[in-house]
Amino acid sequence: MIEVRQLKKSFGSQLILDGVDLKIDSGQSAVIIGRSGGGKSVLLKHLIGLLQADAGEVLVDDENITWMNERQLFHVREKFGMVFQGAALFDSMTVAENVAFPLVRKKKYTAAEIEKRVVAALEMVDLPGTQKKKPAELSGGMRKRVGLARAIVYEPQILLYDEPTTGLDPIVSDSIDKLIIRVRDQLKVTSVVVTHDMRSARRVGNQVFMLHEKKIYASGPPEEFFASADPIVRQFVDGVADAKEIIF
Amino acid sequence: MNFLARTWVGEWLTGLGRIAVMSRDAVMSLLTFKVTWKDLLYQIYFIGIKSQSVVLVTGGFTGMVLTAQTYFQFHKVKMDTATLAVVGVSMCSELGPVLTALMVSGRVGAAIAAEIGTMRVTEQIDALRTLATHPVDYLVVPRLLASQIALPLLTIESIVLGIGSGYLVGVHLLGIDPTYLWFNMLKYTGNLDLEIGLVKSFVYGGIIALVGCYKGMTCGMGAEGVGRATTEAVVYSSIAILISNFFLTLVLQRIAQMLL
Repeated sequence: MIEVRQLKKSFGSQLILDGVDLKIDSGQSAVIIGRSGGGKSVLLKHLIGLLQADAGEVLVDDENITWMNERQLFHVREKFGMVFQGAALFDSMTVAENVAFPLVRKKKYTAAEIEKRVVAALEMVDLPGTQKKKPAELSGGMRKRVGLARAIVYEPQILLYDEPTTGLDPIVSDSIDKLIIRVRDQLKVTSVVVTHDMRSARRVGNQVFMLHEKKIYASGPPEEFFASADPIVRQFVDGVADAKEIIF
Repeated sequence: MNFLARTWVGEWLTGLGRIAVMSRDAVMSLLTFKVTWKDLLYQIYFIGIKSQSVVLVTGGFTGMVLTAQTYFQFHKVKMDTATLAVVGVSMCSELGPVLTALMVSGRVGAAIAAEIGTMRVTEQIDALRTLATHPVDYLVVPRLLASQIALPLLTIESIVLGIGSGYLVGVHLLGIDPTYLWFNMLKYTGNLDLEIGLVKSFVYGGIIALVGCYKGMTCGMGAEGVGRATTEAVVYSSIAILISNFFLTLVLQRIAQMLL
């Protein structure tokens, strides 16, 4: 279970999050939506301790990780897998080396075990036989799949996705959505997906949180959330810009 | 003006503090043997083997020009055969370590800052952290250790080349008697000069790696951030080498006097 209490974060004089409260139960698939630059990725990075809060608390399985240092966070991060917006693959390594990286660093697997797990992870993301390719040889969708394979290879309990469909065409986006659902169902993981793709949000989430004005403005199950009559929610869901925001 | 000075001094002190924290983390990591041999050997190859051309040219031509200049002055007072002794002492304790470090900082420091800076911009460092890997263990320690191993070796190479090329210029170009030239060099260039040079190069190796890693890990976003980090890594490590050289010379000479 992940719980965020009154989280506040600023970068310099710019306030990004101002008292965010959030609770994601184990096994849940939560989607965090909100406008670009609204602090969704910042919130996501707090959940895994990549950023440290100015105030408030982040609890993972009832353990307060807010003030943990980098080495204390290691055992917490072993519960997490994260897929980055740009995949964040190590470009000096091959696909197989990227996926094997977390297993190699743990130093408790034999080479044969690592190879077996890498093959299984790549098959799960529909990329068998790509072990020897370099990240530069892959398309955007393939890179995100490899990023997901790297995140699931050590069987984490919680998967974080930072804008998994951004920059991809609708067909590839659809395949990534299906992959997120398949991984969630097969591995029984808790998923947290940050996105501003409404179609993706409807499909992959069973709980939607909307970040607006630096706080969680609305939340609920997808069918309830997307039927909301709240003007702010409707404006975002329907993708309607204010007249003053239209840029010619 | 006061505000600017405060801001600049504040940023400078903050930077020094952060490098100190990173150094502490690196030392702690070294003590717990978290470095992998494969990474270390690759970095030694990258810093040591790939810097050969730079070191060969620097060592060789520094020795040659120093020999020529010293000869032109010493020849006026009939001290031709002491020429290589000056070259030997200078190369061992000052020019060898300092010029090698400056050249390597230009090549290696810039490359370290650019590589780690690009990793930061493309979230690869965040990815490392999510995979329960401390960036200091994985990125800083192998580079620090490799730099501190490679730089003394490169410095020895530079010193040997400097003295060797100086000898050839002295004997074959300037016509100095080879026996006395070599004898005086051996007489006045002591083990202590070489040891001081090696201690310096060990320290400079640390400066190059730490400044390069720090600038890469704290670089701004985008291509501009990486470019600035690369430039600053070279400029700051060069300045740090030149300033620390003065203090190292004083301290090491004092220690040497106490030991002798």
